[in-house]
Amino acid sequence: MQTVKMVVTGPFNAGKSSFIRSVSEIDVVSTERKISATAKRVKETTTVAMDFGRITVDEALVLYLFGTPGQKRFDFMWEILSEGMLGFVVIVDSARPETFREAMGILHTFRAYAPTPYVVAANKQDMEDSWSVDDLRIALKLPEEIKMLPCVASDKDTVKNVLLELLYSIMEEMDIPERE
Amino acid sequence: MALKGHLRDFSVAQLFNLINLAQKSGTLTLDGPDQAAWVSFREGKLIYAQLGGEDGTITGILVKTGLLTGKQATIITTQYPNKGDQEMGLLLINADYLTQQDILASLNDHILEIVFDLFTWVDGFFRFDADVLPPGDRITIHADMENVIIEGSRRVKESEQLDVEVPNLDMALRFVERPGADIQKVKLNKREWKVVSFVNPKNTIRQIGKTVKLKDIEIRRVVYGLLQAGLVEIVRPEGMPIPAQAQRIRPVDQREHASLIDRLIQRIRSL
Repeated sequence: MQTVKMVVTGPFNAGKSSFIRSVSEIDVVSTERKISATAKRVKETTTVAMDFGRITVDEALVLYLFGTPGQKRFDFMWEILSEGMLGFVVIVDSARPETFREAMGILHTFRAYAPTPYVVAANKQDMEDSWSVDDLRIALKLPEEIKMLPCVASDKDTVKNVLLELLYSIMEEMDIPERE
Repeated sequence: MALKGHLRDFSVAQLFNLINLAQKSGTLTLDGPDQAAWVSFREGKLIYAQLGGEDGTITGILVKTGLLTGKQATIITTQYPNKGDQEMGLLLINADYLTQQDILASLNDHILEIVFDLFTWVDGFFRFDADVLPPGDRITIHADMENVIIEGSRRVKESEQLDVEVPNLDMALRFVERPGADIQKVKLNKREWKVVSFVNPKNTIRQIGKTVKLKDIEIRRVVYGLLQAGLVEIVRPEGMPIPAQAQRIRPVDQREHASLIDRLIQRIRSL
């Protein structure tokens, strides 16, 4: 049985756990803890170790999705999680511009760990005050060749689209045409 | 049901982190290609570790850490057979062989060394059995796993760096003709002096390490220090044949990889 993995990363409360939960065929193994009073204004719990989801491709291949911890103090886990990944997804909360800088930092850190293909998911596009994908690209100083995709982490179709676009990017990097 | 799987899917650091954060009690069994290991936790804290095939009794550990000689251990265990670790510890303290602090510090170091070593295990199976703990007579420690994970990860990084700096232990060392540093100012510790005394193009680094009883990572660390100080250089050992032209590395099979990505695409489309 061959296993491959993708990493889902992004700032605190960006929607990483929901993203994995939307497509995982198993109940996501989540290590969430109640969080401090300051952070509590944003949400009740946060992932402190990792989220772990699985998609069985066929009898011989399984895809694992690993979500990184949201809080900076657990960033020592990032490098461990990034080992051997096919590619990664950076999830950004489109409605919280104060997290954009952190998202850029995480993106650059992961790029340094492994120069694998990645895409950026502009999450929470269903919220009224969310930034548009184009504006978000400018804010994140994202090069044109990197895909920035609209997403709602609880909506399976948009999550599927993000994962597919990442796989297409991996395929493009290999310079082999995708099978129709 | 026990949590089990392969270390290729969950690294040791990830497992330790999960157990720590979930504050689990139980024993993690790691079954590597050459050896097995058991690590026990109580409410997420590290309490005990043992390598398969090693004498995990307190006397065995104290001999290994140098606080007892083999002869002393034999005398004690012959005189007091079938004693548990806690009883044996009390006997050693009451007989003024050792203090309680000596025993606990030695046990702590021994357990942590086993656990740090496990961070380098990348192949093998794991199994976590909740609520399975070491026998009641064992002396346990109480170590915070967050610090252990950080230090273990640091050591792995250091080890990787040393592998790059000193990649081949079958090479030899020789003193440089013109040292890069003022030799008068170079201060060597006892361990480095031991290694220096065996520097000779006839001795491989591995042989030196074995002679002075240093693990691979330890001898690499010492050699790296000597290289940085400009005292020695790495040379091919005398008599070692020049290797045949390195075989051309087979390029990654792009087609096979593409097929894998293609299967992933088809599967995700079908979700």
